[in-house]
Amino acid sequence: MNDVKTKKTAEDLMVKRVFLESGIEVDPIYTSEDVEYLGIDREMPGEYPFTRGIHPAMYRKRPFTIRQYAGFASPEETNERFHFLIRNGQSGLNVAFDLPTQCGLDSDDPRALGEVGRVGMAVDTLDDFEIAFKGIDLDKITVSLTINGSAIIAIAMYIAMAEKAGYDISKLRGTAQNDILKEFIGRGTWIFPVDKSVKLVVDTIEYCAKHLPKYSPVSVCGYHIRESGANPIQEMAYAFCIAKAYTDGALSRGIDIDDFASRLSYNFDIYGNLFEQIAKFRGGRRLWAKIIKEEYGARNDKSCWLRMIAGGGGGGLTKEQPENNIIRSAYYALISALSGTQTMALCSYDEAYTIPTEKSAEISLRTMQIMIHEMGICDTVDPLGGSYYVEALTDRFEEEIKKEMKTVDRWGGIVNAVVTGKIQESVSKQAYEREMGIQTGKVPKVGVNMFTRKEDPKPVDFHPYNQEAAGNQVEKLKRIKSTRNNNKVQEYLAAIKEDAEADRNLMPPIIAAVKEYATVGEIVQVMKDVYGEFEEPIFF
Amino acid sequence: MKVLLSKPGLDGHDVGVKVLAHGLIKAGFEVVYTGLRKSIETIVDMAIENEVDAIGLSILSGTHLVLAQQMNEEIKKRNLVIPWFVGGNIPTLDVPKLEAIGANKAFPTGSKIQAVIACFKELKVKA
Repeated sequence: MNDVKTKKTAEDLMVKRVFLESGIEVDPIYTSEDVEYLGIDREMPGEYPFTRGIHPAMYRKRPFTIRQYAGFASPEETNERFHFLIRNGQSGLNVAFDLPTQCGLDSDDPRALGEVGRVGMAVDTLDDFEIAFKGIDLDKITVSLTINGSAIIAIAMYIAMAEKAGYDISKLRGTAQNDILKEFIGRGTWIFPVDKSVKLVVDTIEYCAKHLPKYSPVSVCGYHIRESGANPIQEMAYAFCIAKAYTDGALSRGIDIDDFASRLSYNFDIYGNLFEQIAKFRGGRRLWAKIIKEEYGARNDKSCWLRMIAGGGGGGLTKEQPENNIIRSAYYALISALSGTQTMALCSYDEAYTIPTEKSAEISLRTMQIMIHEMGICDTVDPLGGSYYVEALTDRFEEEIKKEMKTVDRWGGIVNAVVTGKIQESVSKQAYEREMGIQTGKVPKVGVNMFTRKEDPKPVDFHPYNQEAAGNQVEKLKRIKSTRNNNKVQEYLAAIKEDAEADRNLMPPIIAAVKEYATVGEIVQVMKDVYGEFEEPIFF
Repeated sequence: MKVLLSKPGLDGHDVGVKVLAHGLIKAGFEVVYTGLRKSIETIVDMAIENEVDAIGLSILSGTHLVLAQQMNEEIKKRNLVIPWFVGGNIPTLDVPKLEAIGANKAFPTGSKIQAVIACFKELKVKA
């Protein structure tokens, strides 16, 4: 883009200068001269480098998958909610786990007190998976497991459950979040040291490449990095650096790039400027395709696909005038669809302060359904393709993301930047600046720093904590521990230890152990004994 | 004035607590941050070691009442006189409950940084 022209035009029109959150200046008018990437005129959706979408017919053939995040206190309650969502037309499930499960602690651990089943479903043993997925056809519904630090165990349980139920696991579809590097940057459910944590992610990639070719073992999350304070350029850049770290790990085990790259997927954030987000996704998609093909030498086009879930941006929602979040989420959904997402999940309007109620979850679902069925969003592919502004911004994003990735290289690569806290430090400073921007009114936020109203401090619907379910979970765990074959459990735990010490892939011994109802806490403890625990660098 | 900011429990959401840390430092406070997933016992140990004037607990998972209860017991057990605060994802109804348990004040999501700073400054005046 020509900066001189930008200034002149803005002055000519006597309008104020506008900058995106990413720092990019926006011209008041765009023309064909602003579009640098000339290939766009000839590029078709479904063709490399996939600026316009990864499929030739996109939503015309099949709309994006709707996958709301859900998970309640107990596996029993979770199962009920799953059936409710399926009855209401949801085509994928997204499982939330409670914090003890995410941190690798059993429900009877003293550190789990008050946390069992609070922010998601409690899982101690395979039995909990079997209850949660009762009556659900795993061939028809795709399941996403939102878990990271202990993801290898959750994936093992999912596979074990499917195998025991007689499914052919080579056909099993689904996704695990399993992006541990972003947990060190934001969200914080890390357990093991960084290098061992990455090793475990690579274990799952290697195992799935060999045995579950349709399963996506990792969903790299720019989402939480942005929620922690990163701008849209950094969100994409850090996510790509993370994906490259896992890719390098898999390649070092001798796996062919085309045997796993197509199963890597992404989870991105949406809030803020509409066009900025769309350009972020289009430019990012093109850059990722080039990285996989040009840097890694992929031969299969599918390997170059940037597949993503994008929709909800919790960071954009407000506690003030919460009904406004319904409108914000509808815009986010529109952005996501205009960006060619594969899967969509919206934050519910009450999510800024609680776990969504059934009613608010239904509003989110209907928001997406209205867009699909009433708005014509699925009729044509990449409807914004060719817009001077969108294409110019897409070019700029590709360039800026690439630049930001070089910055990470200068920090010694993403793993080093996380170990030293360099990224954590930089995003937390930005989070502070953004928050101050909102509190001082520099960053406009309707209902917060403009168009405010004196709010009734009346209490809102709050998802109550199910103390009884937590108690039942502990009771159930006790019962399972006393009825399972404890000799076998000890034998398999010892096998995990041995494989951890020998630096072998831990998927096979963990699958064997969970089939005998070894608990999450027991398995994690054995791994901690060998790997140690992460020591957090204190940065803010 | 020196403040200990802490993350008790298992919740790993630390954006808010770090934003507050920046705000307090800019306002002239000295800030010690515990990092994630610290037990109440460790937090109180750190408060004594660092001779802080106040403790902030940041909790977003909904466990605030349980952890506040533990905090109150720990402070009493050790015969300490140190004001402590809770911030995070706290429903309006729980604010008076936290204050009844012993928190000096509770700051639900959406509280202004300036309000927290003002509250800490007032503490200093009283002291």
